[in-house]
Amino acid sequence: MKIKTLSRPVDEYTRERSQDLQVVFHNFDPSLRPMEKAVEYKRALTAAKLEKIFARPFVGAMDGHRDGVSCMAKNPNYLKGIFSASMDGDIRLWDISSRRTVCQFPGHQGAVRGLTVSTDGNVLVSCGTDCTVRLWKVPRPTLEDSSVSSENFIEPAAEYVWKNAFWAVDHQFEGELFATAGAQLEIWNHNRASPVQSFQWGTDSVISVRFNPGEPDILATSASDRSITIYDLRMSSAARRIIMMTKTNSIAWNPMEPMNLTAANEDGSCYSFDGRKMDEAKCVHKDHVSAVMDIDFSPTGREFVTGSYDRSVRIFPYNGGHSREIYHTKRMQRVFCVKYSCDATYVLSGSDDTNLRLWKAKASEQLGVILPREQKKHEYNEAVKNRYKHLPEVKRIVRHRHLPKPIYKALGIIRTVNDSKRRKEDRRRAHSAPGTIVTKPLRQRRIIKEVE
Amino acid sequence: MELSSEDNNLTEKFLPPIEQESDVELETKVKKYLRGEGANLETLKDKKLKTQLASREKLYGKSAKTAAKIEKWLLPAEAGYLETDGLEKTWRVKQTDIANEVDLLSSRNQYDIVLPDFGPYKLDFTASGRHMIAGGRKGHLALVDMMSMNLIKEIQVKETVRDVAFLHNEQFFAAAQKKYAYIYGRDGTELHCLKERGPVARLRFLKNHFLLASVNKSGQLHYQDVTYGGMVASIRTGKGRTDVMEVNPYNGVVALGHSGGTVTMWKPTSQAPLVQMQCHPGPVSSVAFHPNGHLMATSGKERKLKIWDLRKFEEIQTIHGFHAKTLSFSQKGLLAAGTGSFVQILGDSSGSSSSHNYSRYMNHSMVKGYQIEKLMFRPYEDVIGIGHSMGWSSILIPGSGEPNFDSWVANPFETSKQRREKEVHLLLDKLPPETIMLDPSKIGAMKPSRRKEKPSRGEIEAEKEVAIEAAKSTELKKKTKGRNKPSKRTKKKKEMVENAKRTFPEQGHNNTASKKRRIGEDAAAELPASLKRFARKN
Repeated sequence: MKIKTLSRPVDEYTRERSQDLQVVFHNFDPSLRPMEKAVEYKRALTAAKLEKIFARPFVGAMDGHRDGVSCMAKNPNYLKGIFSASMDGDIRLWDISSRRTVCQFPGHQGAVRGLTVSTDGNVLVSCGTDCTVRLWKVPRPTLEDSSVSSENFIEPAAEYVWKNAFWAVDHQFEGELFATAGAQLEIWNHNRASPVQSFQWGTDSVISVRFNPGEPDILATSASDRSITIYDLRMSSAARRIIMMTKTNSIAWNPMEPMNLTAANEDGSCYSFDGRKMDEAKCVHKDHVSAVMDIDFSPTGREFVTGSYDRSVRIFPYNGGHSREIYHTKRMQRVFCVKYSCDATYVLSGSDDTNLRLWKAKASEQLGVILPREQKKHEYNEAVKNRYKHLPEVKRIVRHRHLPKPIYKALGIIRTVNDSKRRKEDRRRAHSAPGTIVTKPLRQRRIIKEVE
Repeated sequence: MELSSEDNNLTEKFLPPIEQESDVELETKVKKYLRGEGANLETLKDKKLKTQLASREKLYGKSAKTAAKIEKWLLPAEAGYLETDGLEKTWRVKQTDIANEVDLLSSRNQYDIVLPDFGPYKLDFTASGRHMIAGGRKGHLALVDMMSMNLIKEIQVKETVRDVAFLHNEQFFAAAQKKYAYIYGRDGTELHCLKERGPVARLRFLKNHFLLASVNKSGQLHYQDVTYGGMVASIRTGKGRTDVMEVNPYNGVVALGHSGGTVTMWKPTSQAPLVQMQCHPGPVSSVAFHPNGHLMATSGKERKLKIWDLRKFEEIQTIHGFHAKTLSFSQKGLLAAGTGSFVQILGDSSGSSSSHNYSRYMNHSMVKGYQIEKLMFRPYEDVIGIGHSMGWSSILIPGSGEPNFDSWVANPFETSKQRREKEVHLLLDKLPPETIMLDPSKIGAMKPSRRKEKPSRGEIEAEKEVAIEAAKSTELKKKTKGRNKPSKRTKKKKEMVENAKRTFPEQGHNNTASKKRRIGEDAAAELPASLKRFARKN
């Protein structure tokens, strides 16, 4: 006869010394945990509520400009600094952690329309409506600079005058060239006073330009004739060109998938294209109510931030049709430029009310040093919330955002207008011969034609 | 990734036969950890969602496999067993034989505590099995630490005590005394007197919801949330007095056994029972639930013990011969039945989870004068606690307890700091009483279309009764200056009852939409002669 009963000697199941960690045993058997799904659902609800409690995205505002901020540039080598330029020609370098101006670059006579930094971080290029392109030497940040009390004024290293006002500028990745957008698209070299190459198509001005991060010779431009053109510097004419229904204010390439680009359009949506096949948009991102003025991708390539004329900043997922987050303040007026910080934690917006604002990319993120136990708890909360986020109670909390009244009302009007359009379309289809009325999908509807 | 999976396939083909057998074992374990079937992805048209769900299903498979392997190799303890060789039968093995074969630490768990003066004892254990509260009928309450056999506190309340129950940990326990139920702290101080319930016959605690359920002498069921003290539900069962009440740990429903032989199951949010089962021809004397929630054992006064499958509400097995006054299931599925001074333990002799066959496993007969009042298996130990008329005892039943505990679920070696943290986590995870339902896996599943669940006819009628009772029992303000006439009072009361009835529309008229009847549309003979000119001319 063999008999064995459970016996647990105390010293095997408790710790030896008081400085040891407590002994923990695991048994993952589901029969030990009745109602585990209900408990998990309760935890998801609690996690959603906690996320809303801790959501404080606004970090601070940087005050200093005397006119609306027109453009920003980020230095790829220095995380803490951001350049911004305003409509009265004032260019400043800010230190984000202390939210103060490090130095100023005076010189422009009119509005500064474009700012960009070379890839090694040494040269700042600016262009404006006074028909000049100026190159500046960026001061190297030394250890003393952490406490910024003196404001330096820096002289331009070079100043090139040209025939027409400029609208945008962008610097080539790992190269010596930069491109300006004005009456034509012009390619310049640092050392030459006149452009080395220029592209022209029609008589309309080019309003924005962006170099591809993966292929240094490819760049995308948008013009005021509602077109988006992709140029290759090695060829003498455009590679691809499409004409849309409304003009594109800004373009951004996805840093992780360099063949994809997203265009911020005047009709309030952003269109993601595959650069190789431009006849159809890959994704339409709709949520803004007014024109989208600027767009910037996160270095992870998974999200992008947009700033719009309707006084809000939105963060979209790269493949999703609706925004994940919206930031707005009573004091923030028309947003003209946005940048995603290089560590994917912050979002900067420059707006008409002369302020640069610093926001957190994830509104409820805990900044600073996080203990591993805290990190695990955050990850668990995130995972359990995502598991149940489609259920009504959790969805309502996760989705809830306070919208300013003008945007809320405008969204309601847009919804009504779209509903009535769709109803009319359905009735037309119902009353005509089957197959005569063909609706183009939204991805193609806004593109008029592809030229060349 | 693909290369490594191919390699795995190749190695699996050439495993020796022993390894392949253990693969089959692993399969069953993996099934347990998978917790049901995966979703059918073929019907999805959304490609993005399909790929996302497919990768998630793969992750589930991997984690289930890892959990199965952990169960096989990494768990610290193994279950107890009693194996006899040759012709010897397991039920002939006595406790003294077991004591000879087993180590000292286990044999300390066999004892009899004789307290003849204080009446039959009822017991309850905490979830970790470390503490026990024993309540004698004549008013003796004792809180014992089972591991160190240490009496923490004993008090004499000088009243009859009908039942005792622990709340969420050993710091609080509830006792059902002569007129009311009371909640005591660990050091014996009376914390609350629960007056609303009346004289309570049985007390049980629902752990996940922090609800104290009780049935009183007039058959009313009360649910009270012990975190803030509010009465969540008080239900009039309408079936008379009963003192057979058990909680199903799997889904939190309370089962009452009635004198007509029916077992009814209740949830706090409805006034009508969820299920009514006719189990026995005579009164039901005891009910017990298997921890997995699918099996229920009931015993009736006609000396039959029946095992029911709760998924289909069908009887699986009947065992004749003895009238079990008390029943209890262990964590491993052993069923203990106590009658008179005899304890019989039944075990599931078929290994599979789909068919159950309970047969004799062990017996224990006590001294003739000890009438057994309550049997309860101690969690995570191979021990059963017997409360009887002369005190309480404890005997060893190998193979009844779960060998491996999880420190985050129930830790018998808890320090006070761990206990405090656990209390906070339990409170954060407290479930609302609406989550009690027959099938708890429905929570978190998408419900197809229906916006609001339509209550059944029986439920509506029960609600109506309650509303009418409430309207009748409201006290009207006593008016002065000649406005308090009895006729007016009765009229007002009638009006209130009518209002309460009006909120429940008549049931029969849903099907036929009442059409507006035009004058004279049916036979004009209905109309008197003076109105015939208004008849519609068709």
